[in-house]
Amino acid sequence: MTLQTLVDKEIFTSLYLPEHTDTEITVPFCCDLLSIAMSRAPAGCAWVTVMANMNTLAVAALTDCACVILAEGTSFDEACLNKAREQGIPVFSTTLPIFEAALKVWEEISQP
Amino acid sequence: MDDKIVLKYTVSPDDFTRAGEASSNVKAKLKQIGVPPEVVRKAAIAMYEGEINMVIHANGGEITVTISPEDITIVLADTGPGIPDVEKAMQAGFSTAPDNIRNLGFGAGMGLPNMKKYSDIMNIDTTLGVGTTVTMVIHMQ
Repeated sequence: MTLQTLVDKEIFTSLYLPEHTDTEITVPFCCDLLSIAMSRAPAGCAWVTVMANMNTLAVAALTDCACVILAEGTSFDEACLNKAREQGIPVFSTTLPIFEAALKVWEEISQP
Repeated sequence: MDDKIVLKYTVSPDDFTRAGEASSNVKAKLKQIGVPPEVVRKAAIAMYEGEINMVIHANGGEITVTISPEDITIVLADTGPGIPDVEKAMQAGFSTAPDNIRNLGFGAGMGLPNMKKYSDIMNIDTTLGVGTTVTMVIHMQ
């Protein structure tokens, strides 16, 4: 599933989208502890987390996440959004709990 | 001909918003010169953990990255308090990070174990009250 497909489904609110949205999303990944996410987030994942700070973006960039999905109504402040733009990291938000948000991504990826 | 690239960075103390900038920079550089993606990822993660450690524990420090055709060597040098018990610090889950760091999503006691996991060779040289130098080597292959 590409990033654009996820955008088109309108499941999540887009907070920032880069110009190119043909990035492949391989798998959802759930983790709030950045130290763990750092070592475990698979490249190309849709990372679902409630940890909305600058370091989330640093970890997302270094692990080559396809996008960050902020769950449970969490959001980035303006400085973080600027950083996301600068680094070209797509960011979504949702009021859904982490599991449900990840499940939506999984269901979309699993579509035949 | 000198075929090594040397990059130097200063890590500012207590500035979590900037932690990761040096690692991102190195990552971009490695990508640019065509280093295999898995090697880039290993180096970026190992270095970022090192950067975070320097911010949390050591009042910042200096990082020197040397890229040769054979390997990437990352030297993280600080003049912080030193590590009293290296063996303990290397245990996954052991952490002396304060609560404000934990609230940011760090301090899980994964820093040094991750650094070891993602580097091919890691050496810690530490003296209490003087500082710590961590050297990591990641092979290109």
